[in-house]
Order: sequence, then structure tokens, then C-alpha cells
Amino acid sequence: MALSKYESQVRAPLVDGDKDYHQITEDIVRPIETDPSKLWWIGFIISIGLLCFGVYSIYREIVYGIGQWNINHTIGWGWDITNFVWWIGIGHAGTLISAILLLFRQGWRTGVNRAAEAMTIFAVICAGQFPIWHMGRVWMGFFVLPYPNTRGVLWPNFNSALLWDVFAISTYFTVSLLFWYCGLLPDLATIRDRAKLKWRKFFYGVASFGWSGSTKHWQRHEALSLVLAGLSTPLVLSVHTIVSFDFATSVIPGWHTTIFPPYFVAGAVFSGFAMVQSLLVITRKVLKLEAYITIEHIDVMNKIIVLTGSIVGCAYLTELFIAWYGQNKFEGWAFMQNRVNLFSPLGWSYYIMMGCNVISPQLFWSRKLRRNITFTFFMSVIVNIGMWFERFVIIVTSVYRDYLPSSWSTYYSPSLYELGFYLGTFGLFFTCYFLFSKFFPVIALAEIKHILKKSGENYKEKMGEAEKETVEEFAHEMAHAH
Amino acid sequence: MAIKKFAVGCFDDEAVLFSAIKKVRSSGYKIHDVYTPMAIHGLDKAMGLRDTALHTAGFIYGITGTTTALGGIGWVFTSDWPINFGGKPHFALPAWIPITFELTVLFASVGMVLTFCYLCQMAPFVKKHHFHLRATDDLFVMVIECTPKTNETEVINFLQSAGAKETNIQYAETGWWLGRYDKERKPFERKETALV
Repeated sequence: MALSKYESQVRAPLVDGDKDYHQITEDIVRPIETDPSKLWWIGFIISIGLLCFGVYSIYREIVYGIGQWNINHTIGWGWDITNFVWWIGIGHAGTLISAILLLFRQGWRTGVNRAAEAMTIFAVICAGQFPIWHMGRVWMGFFVLPYPNTRGVLWPNFNSALLWDVFAISTYFTVSLLFWYCGLLPDLATIRDRAKLKWRKFFYGVASFGWSGSTKHWQRHEALSLVLAGLSTPLVLSVHTIVSFDFATSVIPGWHTTIFPPYFVAGAVFSGFAMVQSLLVITRKVLKLEAYITIEHIDVMNKIIVLTGSIVGCAYLTELFIAWYGQNKFEGWAFMQNRVNLFSPLGWSYYIMMGCNVISPQLFWSRKLRRNITFTFFMSVIVNIGMWFERFVIIVTSVYRDYLPSSWSTYYSPSLYELGFYLGTFGLFFTCYFLFSKFFPVIALAEIKHILKKSGENYKEKMGEAEKETVEEFAHEMAHAH
Repeated sequence: MAIKKFAVGCFDDEAVLFSAIKKVRSSGYKIHDVYTPMAIHGLDKAMGLRDTALHTAGFIYGITGTTTALGGIGWVFTSDWPINFGGKPHFALPAWIPITFELTVLFASVGMVLTFCYLCQMAPFVKKHHFHLRATDDLFVMVIECTPKTNETEVINFLQSAGAKETNIQYAETGWWLGRYDKERKPFERKETALV
């Protein structure tokens, strides 16, 4: 067979085993066409349980008000906004993988992009809950939207970072959803055309919009993906930048920091990739997709984790240095007393953050550890705990001992329903993810097929033979040249 | 649209498909379309399709978003209801950049996706004729339009010699219709028998 595509042998294959186009379809569609396993049901039921507890917590919050939470003066944001920033940070990996890595022509993205994008969408849905319910009178939520209204002239403040957030997050959610769904259309059509059951034909028929695979449609689809990737790339960077503006444009010591935008973006990518690792390490095992999400993929993502973890570490140290160098007493207090001082009431949280985010990812410099699945899973959880504490440190320790020492006495810890709300978003996230993994292909079928003949193991072997032949021929020719 | 007669050839290797397309085009047959399970780079060029103008549409939607944001915020803060924020200028352009950027991206993305669906005639409950069900799995399906002058057996033989693994003749509606994939009924069934 003629080799239509060639890729250097230096690059490890991205699809393991002897696969052809049909086998790829079979492997990836199998979890959708078979009954879910017992493990799936257990996970799904636990998720639903958590979700129910979250809904009850929200119900308490609506009926009795924000007083159900332990937030106070001066800690007005507390766990709620910590969770918001944490979830929105996690929601950065998917679009980063699908957009930036598409522009950089990284073939390995095809194995992980679909699941990561889905994760992004679910994480943004979870993130959105926090500022919405934090409003207290949530039925007035639409006040943040600029629309001609009947209450006299009432416009939101377009110069406020909080309103920028409304625009940034709703745009990010919409664009991520469109990007994800456009990529799904051809794969849903594949399931539709294979379907034997009536409901499946109906459901995937409706969902695939009548996709036919026409060349002209593919041409437009490629153009659309490329432009959406180009638009999403600055969008991903803008979202966490704008979230960081919520803090950076204020005058609170510990928040009023110009390094925040790049520091937040690096942190978001860091935690996002950690969450992708947590999910994919389990998904590949449960759905038997080890041939498509290979050790190579896990290794590459771990490299990104060590890179972004180190950027985050640099940012922490820069912040500390500037707090000292700037000689602002209040800034100095926020950093040296509220954070670095281990014996201050919340000093411990700073050390959890430093340990989990800066020190532990450095273990990934070792290739052996990067390629160890159990260790990767463990580290991904550690990183996400660390990143949660980063937001906690910023949001809580900057304000809990402020300019007025008489308000210092209260030690902030969450109430049951504050905690319940957070657990509820886990329930929401995993319920969505379980449903996604049951009804949608977790790997981009068409995109894997696209790289198969270049990066598939069996095709690469053939390329290796071709390469060897040509080297020998070359040597032979050179020997007889004179 | 219209019901037409088509000769269908299914290929299982894109390398063979490319040479087949070259042969078909040089022999003067009219390729209706080629259906593939994934995007194949260069196939549109090989078939002689022109570039899509979707990018241009995206640009136009984008600048619409930019002007909407700048115009809207500018009008609110300088003319409709100017507010004094600590003596800062009413026309505070740097503070409007984030929202302007977001709306540019939002308009461009939503506009492009809707245009994409419109151009490809795609929507929920839209149904089309699919020449081969494995065109979304592992087959590359070339469809050649037959005119009254076309000799069908000649076309079929030609496709087979070009490397097609499976060939047949189909009557098909070229457009779309409203329908469900779990119901077999086609709106043109009766006409098809009349045509034969």
C-alpha cells in the first residue's frame, strides 16, 4: 500500500494497536451502544446524591438568605467565590486543548480534546452557579444584563470588572459550547448511521442536524473550526484575565497586584490540565480506550502541568518579593503576616498551596513518574486541592485581618450549606460527565481517523520500514557513486 | 429540489479515491459530491471546489460585535446617562476594551456557526438522502450525476476500474426535507417509481 502520509519515527504513535477506520468507530462507539457498567451506575447515583444535597443547600439559601453561609464582614466572598474561581480555572483546559493546540498543529490533542471540552462546559456551568446564587436575591439576577427597561434609566456599570466577568463568562460558555457541538456533529452522524434501536436513530438523527459528510461541508467545517480556534485562543486568555481583574482592579492589599492576569491564566491551565488528567485516567480505563488516550498523551499533559506549575510558583515568589520591595505596610502585612506566617490563624492554607502547587509538580521532571498512571492520578488530585487553596488564600487571607483590628476576631470556616453548595456542584459536574460519557463519543472520532494514517502505530511501522529501505538505498547509492 | 439519478462508487482508501477523482474529472463526468467520514485535506481542491467565504462572514460578524459594544457603551456613558466616577472621563475607552473584545468574539462565533448551518442546510429534524450509511464510518463515497445521455453501465464499469469496492445506481432527492431518522418514509418515493 502506498503511504500517503509520513511522520518522523522520532514521534511516538498516538493510536496504539492495529487499527483501521472501522475499528476506531467500533472502539469509541462501543460504550454508547452497550449497557453502562455497574461502576458507571454507582458513580452516577453518588453524583445525583451530591447534586440533590447541593439543590437543598441552595433551597436553604434562597429561603433564609445568604445568612445560611458563614461569610461575614470582612469576608464577603469566602468559599463561594473561591469555588467560582476554582471551577472557572478548571474550565480552561478544554478550550486551550482544542483551540491553542489546534493552531499549534499538535496531533495529540485529538485523543483528549472532546472529553476536555465537555469538561470545560460542565465546569463553567458549575462556576456560573456561585456568583448567581451569591447575589442573594437571585430573581433580580437579570439586572446585570444591559437591556432597555421600564424602571427609568438603569444601566449596569460597563467600567466595572464584575460586569466584564458577566460578559466574559457568558461569551466563553457560548463559544465553548458551539465549538464543542460543531465538532460533535460528524461523530453523532456516525452513531446515527450505525444505530439499530429506534430511539437511538431518532435521538442522534435530531442531534446530528442531518450531517452527510459532503466534501463541501467538511471544507466549511474545517474553516469554521480554524476560525473558532483563532477566536477562542485570545478568549481563553481573556476569561481568567478578567476574573483576575475582579481582584486586581480593587485597592485591597493582596489583591491590588499587576501580576494577576498572567498568574491567573497559568494557574487556570495548571488546574484545568490536572482535572483533565483525573477524568481521563479513569475514563480510558473504564471505557477501555487505552489505545487512544495513550501513556504518551498523559506524559505530554504532565509536561504542561510541570511548566504551568512552575510559572505559578514564579508568580507566587514575585508577589512576595514585590510585597517586600514595595514597602507598602498594608501590602506587607497581607503577605508576611496573613500568609507567610505559619502561626497566623489561616497561615496553614498558604503552605498547603505552596506545597501542592509549587513543590509537588516538580516531581514530574522525572519521565518515569510522568508515565506512571497511579502517580499521575494522585498528583492531579493534589494539584486541584492546591489550586483551590490558592483561591482561598487570595480571597480569604487578604481580607480576614484588614485595616480595622476590632473586626479580626472571627475565624472563618464554612457552614454546612456553604459546603453543601460546593459538593452540589461536584454532583452537577459528575452527573453531566457521566451522561456525556454514556451518550456521546468521548473521543473525537473523525479527528482520530484524520491522524490515523500519520500517527497510528501500524502505519508508523510501515513508515519505519520505508525509512529503513531508503537509508539503505541511499548508502548503496553513495557507495557506488564514484 | 429535484430527484436525480446517480452512480455511486464506494472507496476504502483515500489514496485510491484521489486518483479516481482525477480520472473521473478528466473523463468529463460530473461529480455530484464525495462523502467522507473525516475531513481530507486537498479533496476540495482535487474536486475543483472553490474556497469557502465563511471566514469573510466571520470577519463581518466580528466587526459588527465591535461596533455594537463600542457604540452601545459609548452612547450610554456619554449621552444617555453619563455618570461621574470620581472625576474620570465619561469616554473611558480602556475600561470598555474587555466587553468590546468579548462581544466581538461572541458575534463572530455565533454568526459563523449559524451561517455554517445555513450554508450546509443543517438543523434538527432536517433529513437528507445518504448514499451509503458507511460514509460516516469507513467508506469514501463518490457520487456521479447521471444525465439522460449517460450510459450507466459505462459509468459503473469506470468506477470499478478506478478502484471502487462497491457500486450502484440510486435515485435521490438532492435537497433536504423535514423528517426523522427513525422513520423510513421518503417524500419522493412515489415520484421515484414514476421516474423509473
